[in-house]
Amino acid sequence: MGEWVRIPLSSNYAAAYAAKDADVDVVAAYPITPQTTVVEKIAEFIANGELQAEMIHVESEHSALSACIGAASAGARVFTATSAQGLELMHELLYIASGLRLPIVMSIASRALSAPISIWGDYSDVMATRDSSWITIIASSAQEVYDSIIQAYKVAENPDVLLPVMVAYDGFLMSHTYEPVYVAKDRSTILEFVPKRKPLWNILDPDKPITVGAVGNPDWYYEFKYQQVVAIENSLNILKQVFEEFGKRFERNYSFIETYNMDGSDIAILTYGGLYGTVTEAVDIMKKRGLDVGAIKLRVFRPWPTEELIRILKNLKAVIVIDRAISFGAALEGPIAMEVLATISKKSLDTALHSYIASVGQRAVTEEDVMAMVENSIDLLKKGVSLTEKSIYWGVRQ
Amino acid sequence: MDLKRIEIRWHGRGGQGAVTAAMILAEAAIYQGKYAQAFPEFGAERRGAPVKAYTRISDEPIYTRAPIIEPNAVVVLDPSLSPSLYVEGLKKDGLLIINTKKSIAEIKKDVGRDDIKIARVDATKIALEILKAPFVNMAMLGAVAKVIPVIDVSYIEEAIKENFRPKIAEANIQAMRRALNEVEIA
Repeated sequence: MGEWVRIPLSSNYAAAYAAKDADVDVVAAYPITPQTTVVEKIAEFIANGELQAEMIHVESEHSALSACIGAASAGARVFTATSAQGLELMHELLYIASGLRLPIVMSIASRALSAPISIWGDYSDVMATRDSSWITIIASSAQEVYDSIIQAYKVAENPDVLLPVMVAYDGFLMSHTYEPVYVAKDRSTILEFVPKRKPLWNILDPDKPITVGAVGNPDWYYEFKYQQVVAIENSLNILKQVFEEFGKRFERNYSFIETYNMDGSDIAILTYGGLYGTVTEAVDIMKKRGLDVGAIKLRVFRPWPTEELIRILKNLKAVIVIDRAISFGAALEGPIAMEVLATISKKSLDTALHSYIASVGQRAVTEEDVMAMVENSIDLLKKGVSLTEKSIYWGVRQ
Repeated sequence: MDLKRIEIRWHGRGGQGAVTAAMILAEAAIYQGKYAQAFPEFGAERRGAPVKAYTRISDEPIYTRAPIIEPNAVVVLDPSLSPSLYVEGLKKDGLLIINTKKSIAEIKKDVGRDDIKIARVDATKIALEILKAPFVNMAMLGAVAKVIPVIDVSYIEEAIKENFRPKIAEANIQAMRRALNEVEIA
């Protein structure tokens, strides 16, 4: 399993270490708070010779992802990173990267969107990329950021997938938090797991010319899009295989969904990102006080892990979903809550669903808040509320 | 302090290095093999504005990402900050570690609490003499190392060396060690 060293890293630095250890060929990124130190660290790795890669300096995120698309088309292993407005500026290129089936990996230090201007964290930026056909992993620790980026290359470059992957984590609450992380002492440990990309095409071969970025007329466009449907569906299996192989090789186990204290709990809290950690500590406190509540972490947002989730939800009386983003005007305004509702409906489960919105623009959420949400939901269940009519805006001044 | 998990809140002003000190303490704890977490309370960073940062140290993994509301210790880099700001939520029998020229009796009067322990050190004087500039953060780290003795000073030195160029690291280690010797506690 190779040699590992335990060092203090922020999630931003963990992302940079993962890009270095995956031996990326090209990095094109534009610095934005709170992602900046990812780019700084990679520049340092290149400057001191630890990473032999081309750093393309660009004037915007639109150009950053454009450069990545060019480099990935030419067969390179590429990396980029962004946040919030930067991700929004990339938006049209997100669809081009996935439509061209390019295995680009991007880390996101998730942050609220302007206006008003906020440099602080929430998941508005990531949720807005929902339909872009990027595989989306949300990490809860700096270790998971490092490991997920390594896994991301193996999934993205798989010939049955060939889709870009984004690995998101909390802006500030993780991007700037130092914690212990095991990183490979030698890159070969990682490269044995995820060998360098072998492109399926040769872009500059006059004997075998290809076109990148062709027009899809009405008689073909639909089929190309359907191939993406198949690819992201395929990725469910490939992700599973990659998680298993990673676990076997490195003894750190990951899945689509993580759970905590589910035995004997008929209510569970589902959330994502760093907030899951706070939720698990709230679960510990409630357990000490004699109340068993489970915790569910959604780790893979796209593809949506329907089967895994159903297996967990079918045993529950109620699930409390805490979202850190708002889908304004939606049927249920918590974006993950809405997907959970669709999952419940698919199998006609009688699991109650309570949707909460919290920590938008990084409004602090403590264990006390989480416990108060549970208390509130227990009251709602007593009143027979099986589905919150609207999402509950926790802690907002109305 | 014999606790499973120690939670420390740092108070300073932008540019004084509270965030760096919080981080270096966590790094030292990690080098020693412990679990630790350090993060700033992010405002729009600007020189002179009040800044908070947090360090958690534990023998067990730390999962929470919540800010520290009820710390076991607060470290105050700038004595001109309002006492109501920095003793807020400080636990009973908790520690106030402050950079000041004032005596412990005077500090006690300022903060108006009898249920906490107070440690004082004139970190500004130490910084001015050794670093020739009022960078008090590593001196305050020395005071913390003395009054919350859970991290070996050798690991703190290692973390300082990781974060500064050799000459600056050397001076900061000197400031840290001097504060460690000079801090008074009551």
